[in-house]
Amino acid sequence: MANNQSHHNDHGAHAEPHVTPLRTYLNVGAALFALTFLTIIAHVFKAHYLPLAPFIAFGIAAIKAFLVMAWFMHLKYDEPSNRVIFALGFFGLAVLFAFCVIDIFTRVAQGTVL
Amino acid sequence: MSTSRLINGVEVASHFRDVNHQYSSNKEGIWLFMVTEILMFGGLFVGYIIFHSLYPEMFAEGASYLDWKMGFVNTLVLIFSSFTMALGIYYNQVGQPKRATWALAITVLCGAIFMVIKYFEYTHKFHMGIFPGRLINPEMMAEHGHPMQHANLGMYFGFYYCMSGLHGIHVLIGMGLITWVMIRNIKGEFNPKYYTPIEGVGIFWHIVDLIWIFLFPLLYLVG
Repeated sequence: MANNQSHHNDHGAHAEPHVTPLRTYLNVGAALFALTFLTIIAHVFKAHYLPLAPFIAFGIAAIKAFLVMAWFMHLKYDEPSNRVIFALGFFGLAVLFAFCVIDIFTRVAQGTVL
Repeated sequence: MSTSRLINGVEVASHFRDVNHQYSSNKEGIWLFMVTEILMFGGLFVGYIIFHSLYPEMFAEGASYLDWKMGFVNTLVLIFSSFTMALGIYYNQVGQPKRATWALAITVLCGAIFMVIKYFEYTHKFHMGIFPGRLINPEMMAEHGHPMQHANLGMYFGFYYCMSGLHGIHVLIGMGLITWVMIRNIKGEFNPKYYTPIEGVGIFWHIVDLIWIFLFPLLYLVG
């Protein structure tokens, strides 16, 4: 994997793709399984911390998503431009969410049904 | 392919400098496609969250019809399939295509298990008269001992069937794509220098997993 002798172009040389060791994939897979079980354990005991339950469930989901994106989708070793492109998708989603929420929850009641 | 040339045994189109230039350009295209996927599912997520906050009790009633154990098993199946998909790429990178074929075959099998569980979930709901939107059947639900509590319950299942259904379609398409790269792999078309299609299909399969990681708590746990 480290024999990149041929392509050293002056501009925008693309590096050889990184090969993640098998051990890392096993660790990430095990962590994803463990976090899924943690989600269920948190769900079973959610009566004790009810208002926080969605935040905990989605917090764990976010950690799982990060693991999948960084190692399974190889974003950790990908080019920065691809990370920016993918992040733009989530940015667009945040804009969509923000404007929808601002619209819906600032409406003056007009006696109509949404 | 008259405008391509062979570099290190890999066909490289004339507008690319070398193998790696072609590889990263192809991959960038896949990432742009992934952005459209995020936005497509994202619209549904935003709609779900907004209507959930408008009708929390109705959404809680809807979620009570879902069995988190089914969703939990499906989450494990999909995570495992993501792991084997990553192995399918890894074994090609290290020049062990036979093992890669096995990894891809297990991935397709996991996709099939996911869809079978989904099938049981759907048919159980159809049997009880639970359909999306105004197709929901209150009489059938009452007959099965679950009278409808909220008049607009159909909206919850509109979201449920659209989101899990669109995801299910992605699983089916993903299974088809993985089968396609698996056949090409058996034919010996991939090697440590060229495995771009598996990498691209892999990213697609991981986003299917990624979306399910959020769909599972959204639909099954936060009710």
